[in-house]
Amino acid sequence: MSSERVVIVGGGHGGFQMAANLRSEGFAGAITLIGEEPGLPYQRPPLSKAFLKDGDAARLHFRPQAFFDTNNIELMPGTRVSRINREARHVTTATGTEIGYDHLVLATGSRNVRPPVANLHLENVLSLRNLADAADLRARLSAARHVLVIGGGFIGMEFAAVASDFGVEVTVIEGADRLMARTVSGAVSKHFLALHEGRGTRVRLGRFVSELLDDGTGRVAGVRLSDGTEIAGDLVLIAAGVAPNSELAAEAGLSVSNGIDVDTLLRTSDLSISALGDCCNFPDPVSGNRVRLESVQAATDHARTIAKRLTGKPAPYTAVPWFWSDQSHFKLQIAGLGSGADEQVALEPEAGGLVVINFAAGRLISVETVNSAAAHMSARRLLASGRPVAQAELAAHNYNLVDYARAV
Amino acid sequence: MPKITFVSPDDGRTTVEAAGGDSVMQAALANGIEGIVAECGGAMMCATCHCYVDEDWLSRTGAASDEERAMLDFAASEVRPSSRLSCQIAITEELDGLTVHLPEAQI
Repeated sequence: MSSERVVIVGGGHGGFQMAANLRSEGFAGAITLIGEEPGLPYQRPPLSKAFLKDGDAARLHFRPQAFFDTNNIELMPGTRVSRINREARHVTTATGTEIGYDHLVLATGSRNVRPPVANLHLENVLSLRNLADAADLRARLSAARHVLVIGGGFIGMEFAAVASDFGVEVTVIEGADRLMARTVSGAVSKHFLALHEGRGTRVRLGRFVSELLDDGTGRVAGVRLSDGTEIAGDLVLIAAGVAPNSELAAEAGLSVSNGIDVDTLLRTSDLSISALGDCCNFPDPVSGNRVRLESVQAATDHARTIAKRLTGKPAPYTAVPWFWSDQSHFKLQIAGLGSGADEQVALEPEAGGLVVINFAAGRLISVETVNSAAAHMSARRLLASGRPVAQAELAAHNYNLVDYARAV
Repeated sequence: MPKITFVSPDDGRTTVEAAGGDSVMQAALANGIEGIVAECGGAMMCATCHCYVDEDWLSRTGAASDEERAMLDFAASEVRPSSRLSCQIAITEELDGLTVHLPEAQI
């Protein structure tokens, strides 16, 4: 075992899993988990879903304090790391404390992008990234009458679904010509557009917000679109995507492009430093292209890969990407990466359900499903097998992924 | 508060008090039960909170939904008729005394 002290910067999903996996893989050295936010590490996915309804923060904790004590994981919440000194192998906190490491893991995540819109400072203009944001949003949502969501991605649409459950009027404004355009196919976008419109949510596609309107007291009263149209609203959620937190790495001279560059073993350009999750870009094991994923799956599987390496079992990262989004009673699940698809087959196996199978050069690359968990899991199994799946083979099974996965 | 007993593969028994409205998974995590990993946090996207419901309790917990069955197919340990994802068992007063058995492995 080469490392004696592992320091993890970032207390989100990936940071927590890194610490937990190091122990479960048998790492006996010291582990320090440094997080910027106060309190115990917690799960973010429910912040845009269940938490907005139940407001139960304790339920979000990955583990109670006793877990960290028992596993001898030193937690440093409320602590910001401001610098990495690679020569001396220590990090420096904002208050000047130096913490030495043998191996450093950067799990710094991502932050919300502030779009180029005037008057973002107005009262009742919120974003959603952490627990404090979600608690604030939840408190204000109950008093709101008309919510405007800027950005029709996963977070924006999950929030729109919850807000309309609260009986609040909802309008979503999205610059692209379809919803969730960066992550899903046109068929899935269309499916969810119908779902949200069917629930009374208004969706304005291909529109850009240029300015937020002031009610005269410093509170938001609506938005003005770039075509001059005004839409009234008393609560605005900015959900315009995220950017990786890679400044710490860049300032330390590590190679950074779209996030921190890592190799197939998730090592940065300094072999004493690894990076995982939202903040890093890594070679996709299927296409070889560099990708940066914002997902629980990547954070978790990256952490496992690094933990195995640091305990003497190095193996390249090969996990199949998966994602999900819960919007009302519709569950979107994605297995694999669909970028580069040149052919697509869409099926509607049951009412409200959808299966979209994506191929590149005649080979299965990803599957998007709505309320079709069995097809999703079959896709994950097929993609994980490493064996190429030809479109013709699936066609011979009428594109029934469950049947095909059972047959092979 | 309902009591839930977790039985490890080596027959170690731990009984915890669960908050009503929590899932069996949440009760396990809050009480430091080893053997429930819960990587996805209860979103039914993985199968790392797999458990076996004690035979005496099967009629009261009910069976797994189709969606849950699909996820259980990915479980690391043997899937039996009593298999459930513990994130999908909501704890009610009716389940006071519930016993679940933990599998050999979750990953």
